[in-house]
Amino acid sequence: MSDALPAALTDWFTQKGWQPHAHQLQVIEARGSSACLVIAPTGCGKTLAGFLPSLADLVQGPHAGLHTLYVSPLKALAADIKRNLRGPAEEMGLDIRIEDRTGDTSATQKRRQRADPPQILLTTPESLALLTSYDDAERIFSGLKRVVIDEVHALSETKRGDQLMLSLAALQHICPDMRRIGLSATVQDPEEIAGFIACHPTPCQIIQAPPGPLPDIAMLQIDAPAPWSGGGAGYAIPQVLREVAQHNTVLIFHNTRAQAEIFFHKLWQLNEDNLPIAIHHGSLSRAQRERVEAAMVAGALRAIVCTGSLDLGLDWGNVDLVIQVGAPKNVKRLVQRIGRANHRYNSPSKARLVPANRFEVVECVAALQAVREHDLDGEPMGPGPRDVLCQHILIAACAGPFHADDLYAQVMTAGRYAQLARADFESCLEFCATGGYALKAYDRWRRLLQTADGKWQLRDPRAAQRIRMNIGTIQDSDRLKVRMRGRGGRALGEVEEAFAATLVPGDSFLIGGHVVRYEGLRELTVEVTKQRGKKPKIATFSGTKFATSTQLSQRILKGFQQKNWMELPAYMRDWIALQRCVSLLPRVDSLLVESFPHEERFATVVYGFAGRNALQTLGLLLSKRMEEAGLAPLSFVATDYAVMLLSLEPLRDAAGLLAPAGLRDGLETWLAGNAVMKRSFRGCAVIAGLIERNMPGQRKSGRQATFSSDILYDTLLKYDPEHVLMQITREEARRGLVDFDRIEEMLRRSAGRLDHKELDRLSPFAAPLFLEMGRVPVQGAAEERLLAQETARLMEASGLNKIVMAPLQ
Amino acid sequence: MSDGHVFSLFGAELTARASGVLWWAHRRVLCVSDLHLGKSDRMVRRSGVMAPPYDTADTLFRLQNEIEALAPQIVICLGDSFDDLQASDSLDTAESACLYRMQAGRQWIWIEGNHDPGPVEFSGAHLAEYSDGPLVFRHIAKAEAEAEISGHYHPKAAVPVGRRHITRPCFLYDQHRVILPAFGTYTGGLRSDATVLWDLMRPGAVAVLTGETCNVLPMPRG
Repeated sequence: MSDALPAALTDWFTQKGWQPHAHQLQVIEARGSSACLVIAPTGCGKTLAGFLPSLADLVQGPHAGLHTLYVSPLKALAADIKRNLRGPAEEMGLDIRIEDRTGDTSATQKRRQRADPPQILLTTPESLALLTSYDDAERIFSGLKRVVIDEVHALSETKRGDQLMLSLAALQHICPDMRRIGLSATVQDPEEIAGFIACHPTPCQIIQAPPGPLPDIAMLQIDAPAPWSGGGAGYAIPQVLREVAQHNTVLIFHNTRAQAEIFFHKLWQLNEDNLPIAIHHGSLSRAQRERVEAAMVAGALRAIVCTGSLDLGLDWGNVDLVIQVGAPKNVKRLVQRIGRANHRYNSPSKARLVPANRFEVVECVAALQAVREHDLDGEPMGPGPRDVLCQHILIAACAGPFHADDLYAQVMTAGRYAQLARADFESCLEFCATGGYALKAYDRWRRLLQTADGKWQLRDPRAAQRIRMNIGTIQDSDRLKVRMRGRGGRALGEVEEAFAATLVPGDSFLIGGHVVRYEGLRELTVEVTKQRGKKPKIATFSGTKFATSTQLSQRILKGFQQKNWMELPAYMRDWIALQRCVSLLPRVDSLLVESFPHEERFATVVYGFAGRNALQTLGLLLSKRMEEAGLAPLSFVATDYAVMLLSLEPLRDAAGLLAPAGLRDGLETWLAGNAVMKRSFRGCAVIAGLIERNMPGQRKSGRQATFSSDILYDTLLKYDPEHVLMQITREEARRGLVDFDRIEEMLRRSAGRLDHKELDRLSPFAAPLFLEMGRVPVQGAAEERLLAQETARLMEASGLNKIVMAPLQ
Repeated sequence: MSDGHVFSLFGAELTARASGVLWWAHRRVLCVSDLHLGKSDRMVRRSGVMAPPYDTADTLFRLQNEIEALAPQIVICLGDSFDDLQASDSLDTAESACLYRMQAGRQWIWIEGNHDPGPVEFSGAHLAEYSDGPLVFRHIAKAEAEAEISGHYHPKAAVPVGRRHITRPCFLYDQHRVILPAFGTYTGGLRSDATVLWDLMRPGAVAVLTGETCNVLPMPRG
């Protein structure tokens, strides 16, 4: 064993009959590094590796106060680590306290932890940010030696990660010799993740464990061909049930909650052997999720239908198969999901893919290739988002007065903010201080004041309470609780407010595997009753939809260029051959556009392969341009692969329609007024602290008191379009919901090369698009017309039109 | 399309305008409700939230457009004209000047609302309620009242169009009363299927959606 390992630890390993893994020893050797990234597959003692340097330190002698901070994106993980770490600590004879601190921790416990911190504190990015906002933060964290950041690969993709890195920058200021260890699953670009956790400009060391055996991964053999469209994968249920029967425990992953609900419902309709199968996703009530997790740990379940809510989290050793339903969209996430099966080192994970439609068959085959070739995807990280910086500035002000120069220098040590321009920092500071408006300032009511010595501080110290209540960057859409009607009715979960608004009494929908009947809204709770045996009328929740990654899209395009794509089933090869014969196959270096008449309309299909979000945006932009060109567009539908527009007039000039300058112009002008920009704005405004989600003593009584964030957006667009939040919203539109960067990427790779096929009827590849749900009616003139039609129809149906149209004199 | 929907209440012919103001052409009365001037100022004072401070100017600008288009003799502000009594101090010089210009040469009536229950800085009559001909103007509707024009509830209505709803502020009226939408830029709305509106409005009530043009429909009752 290594000399670096203190005797107490060597003895412990010997006692257990274990050999430390090479990467665990490397971590010990690297304990002096300012930052260190450990990349290892699941199930090989990564978490222990993260704590070994701390344990090695603590066995040397008692430590007063906080020694090690552990941060994970999941509360459950913090609680789990607490249980799993106490054993080894006791066995090593350590007399230390290990405690977790999350949103679930009691107020008494939290107060005690502040007064007398444990040696090891396990927490989440939000709870940590809150801790750094207290004026006694320096005392709480004094003596802190190490911080362990778990699931870095997941955190690095979210604003939660950015907030965490800013919090660590603040801690580093209090504890200059604090050392960081990041724990990550396998990623495509380790250097980038290392840069993310480093304390700039000091570099971060990378320790990579061997990747483990190749997974046993394949398509699930299904007798029936995949359907043309949709995401249900109902055709695969008999085979999925057979797999469940043949394995110990199966995780059945879905991309959206709605799909998970529908699949679960259908699964039980055919589950004749009554195999114990449960459902788990983020919209179910916590109690229900905990019941499922407990049943899983107890080995009482044979399968769980789930979503990304189980992407991270507890190790369940007895999972021996992962089934991914629907295209994986992203190779990296697929690999991580596969890793959920078989948490034993050096035994292969087993996974099967179930495409839900024909394009997804192609995507699944492409993803399998990518997994075999270890070709993971990842969009390059952009600069750190400034809405998170605004929140960080407010948090800093809560902790106490600060010099702008000091805070700027601190922020620049966080990787994604290392290039932050001083002017961009100042605009955020100005926003926090005065609102940052161009035409009028809240001078009397500024939030931050500069004292005589040039330090910034809160004008009203009581504001700290409100700021603390709104810490966090998790972008939850407004949700409403769903309960069974009646006194003490059981909580079933949550639905998005926007979804609830579409319900009328009598509608039925699925939640937690039950079909329920909507009865009404009562005190911001959706009341439902049970509806046995009925088919749900309405799909459940809108939910997030992942877009297929750039790399995966390109693999699909390259696959089409093969003469005969042998990995595909015969019916798929026939379909592709027919497309090649009737039209063209889409290519990487050119953009395929088809137009053809269809049922007295004209269809235009752009095979952009830029992911669902970008193609949705492209649909919006193209429909606007078609309206200007007099083509009278009616609606469009977007998938991960193509967008199809229906119009009254045929498209002749495809190159003109897709001219990059016109599209960019549309983003700047017309799209600025669109609902998707307003949704992005809302997210930024909440994080930056313009909109408060939580207020002290809050009670929503009369709804007329609150007005929507859309009004704030419209007002800024009209009077202050260069306001910092508008700038942040536009930056955000490069990715995420709007994803304009992917449109740019599409334009770049096709570089003006365009294949416009004018056909006399629909092509084999276009056919599934006609079956896709979620067609978007074109807004603007058409929307006003529809509204006028519908209101006139209602007036006529009620007979009121005869009364009110002729005013009495 | 016209920019108003004409209907009659106790013999008075009224126009619900797409902008959200009520116009009584015969008496040249323009009635507007819930301006909530100074809303952003009150928000920052009460909670520290610094909303874009352009709402007062925007509200006044839209009101001025209507006054220029209609040249009323009487303007009735139906209460909650100011977000609170202090908010009337928050108007800057340009905003105050705009208000004075609109007031010049016409009768101006401030009805008291729950947000502005006392006199404000600006000239004009301050009344709890006001009667003209058959009509009575007050802030909050009274259940048993007739020929009543009121505001307060900020009604809005949702129309199903395709798979979604279009929701806009609206007028509600029946044979007995009219409830005006809120005119202020920073105002939310109460959906017409709320119990309180359901109780006030009789069967056969009509909703007039505001926006670019008026759209008329039976009052949605959930």
